Amino acid sequence: MDLLGLYAKIIATGLTFAQGMLGPELGAAVFTLVKTSVLIGVMVGAILGAVAYLTLLERKVIGYMQVRIGPNRVGPLGLLQPIADGVKLVFKEIIIPSGADKVLFVLAPIVALTVAMAAWAVVPFSPQVVLANVNAGLLYIMAITSMGVYGIIVAGWASNSKYAFLGAMRAAAQIVSYEIAMGFALVCVLMVSQSLNLSDIVGGQEKGYFASMGLNFLSWNWLPLAPMLLVYFISGVAETQRAPFDMAEGESEIVGFHVEYSGMLFGVFSMAEYANMILVSFLTAIMFFGGWAAPLDSTLFNAIPGFFWLLGKVLCVLILFLWFRATFPRYRYDQIMRLGWKVFIPLTIVWLVLIAAWMQTPFSIWR
Amino acid sequence: MAEKIREFFKTFLLLELLKGMAVTGRHLFARKTTVQYPEEHTPQSHRFRGLHALRRYPNGEERCIACKLCEAVCPALAITIESEERADGTRRTTRYDIDLNKCIFCGFCEESCPVDSIVETRILEYHGEKRSDLHYTKEMLLAVGDRYEAEIAKDRASDAAYR
Repeated sequence: MDLLGLYAKIIATGLTFAQGMLGPELGAAVFTLVKTSVLIGVMVGAILGAVAYLTLLERKVIGYMQVRIGPNRVGPLGLLQPIADGVKLVFKEIIIPSGADKVLFVLAPIVALTVAMAAWAVVPFSPQVVLANVNAGLLYIMAITSMGVYGIIVAGWASNSKYAFLGAMRAAAQIVSYEIAMGFALVCVLMVSQSLNLSDIVGGQEKGYFASMGLNFLSWNWLPLAPMLLVYFISGVAETQRAPFDMAEGESEIVGFHVEYSGMLFGVFSMAEYANMILVSFLTAIMFFGGWAAPLDSTLFNAIPGFFWLLGKVLCVLILFLWFRATFPRYRYDQIMRLGWKVFIPLTIVWLVLIAAWMQTPFSIWR
Repeated sequence: MAEKIREFFKTFLLLELLKGMAVTGRHLFARKTTVQYPEEHTPQSHRFRGLHALRRYPNGEERCIACKLCEAVCPALAITIESEERADGTRRTTRYDIDLNKCIFCGFCEESCPVDSIVETRILEYHGEKRSDLHYTKEMLLAVGDRYEAEIAKDRASDAAYR
C-alpha cells in the first residue's frame, strides 16, 4: 500500500512539474505520453523477464517430473541459465533461405511477439494498476490475440518452403478453430459479469452468496462455469501451441511453420509463445479465479496485497501448462481438429444457452 | 447402455487425463536419480574394462614374455608386438602397441595373457586430441601399469576367487 502511495506521489509531482514547464494542457499531454511510455517499458521488461524465467521453470519442472534435476550448472540453482540461453541464441547465425522474402521473413517473428505483448495493455494487475482500463478490454484481447495468426502465416509464406507453408496452414487452422470455442467460453463469462472490462469482471466475482459468508473462492466463476473453464483453458493451451497441441514442435513427426528459422529469429517465436502462455494464465486467473481477490475473507489473507494473489494464481496455471507438457502425448492433427470442432464448439454453445436460460430463471445467482 | 453412459462421464470428467497427471505429479516429488558426473560417479565394478596397462613383477622385471597370444586373440587387430632375445637369453618385446582407436575393450587380451601382464584398468577418463594420441606404446602402457599397480593388483585379487 505504501508503494501505491509513493506511485501516486510520483505521478502528482511529475504532472505539476510538466505543467509548470509546458503549460497546463501541453504539459498534461506530454506527461501522459511519458508516463505511459515508462509504464510500457516497465511492463515489457517485466514480461520478457518472466518469459526468460518461465523457460527455466519449465525445464526444472519437467526435469523433476522425469526424475531428473534440470539445469543447475549456470549460476546458483541454474538461475543464470536463461541468460546463457539468450546469449547463445543471439550469437547463433540467422540463416535466411535463398528465395525467401527477406523482409517478411524477419518481420514474421516480430509480428508474433508484438501481438503477444500488445494484448497486455488491458490486463489489470490489481484494482489500481492497469495500463489502459478500457471498457472493451475483453474484446480488445480477443481481437489482438487473433492477430497472432498473421505472424505464423507470414512466417510460413516468407520461408519459401512447402513444409513451412503447410505447417503454417496447420498452425493457423488450429488457432482459428480454438479461438471460436475460446470466444464462446468467454461470452459466458461476460454474460454472467455483464461487462467486458476486466477489472469489473474481477469485481463481479467478489460478491455473491458464498462471498457474503467469507468463502470468496466459491463465488468465483470457476464453480458455476466449470465446463467453460475447462474448455477455455484447453483451448488456451491449443491457442498457444503448447503440448499436447504443439504440432510445430514435433519435428520428428511433422514439420512446423518455423523450420527455416534459426538463431534469435526462432528465439523471438518462442518468446512470443511463452508470453502468450503467461497471458492465457493471467486471463484464466482473472476470468475464472477471481483475479486479485483473496480466497477467504480473513484478515490474514486480506493482509497480502492483491497483486500477489494474482501472481500466485497465475503461477499455478502456468505450472499446469508445464505439467501438461510433461504428461500428455502429442495429439495427431485430425484429432486436434476433431476436439476443437466436434467437441468444444457444440459443448460451449450448449452451455452458453444453458447459462442464458439459468440467468432468466429466479434461481440466477448473478444479480 | 450403462457402459456407454459410464464411458461418457469418463471422457467428459477427464478421469484418464487426471490419472496421467497424478503419475507425473507424484514423480515431481520423487527422489532424483541424476548423478552429477564430474563431482559424483556411479559405482564401478572391479571387473571394469578401461584403459590398458602392462604390469611388472615386484622386482621390476616386466611380465610380458612376448607370447603374442593377445595379438592373436584381439578381434579388432589393435595390438602390434615385435620381440627379440634379450642379452640374458629371455624373450622380450621390443614393441608393444595398442591402437585405442581400434580397441573395442572386450578384455580378450587380458584373459588370454598367461602371465597377467596386459590388463585393463578402471581408468575411463582419458582422451586424445588427435588419433595418434590414442596410439599407446609399450612405454606408455608400462607407465600406466606402474602408476596404478596397487589398484590393479587389488582388483585381480578380488576377482581371483571366480576364475
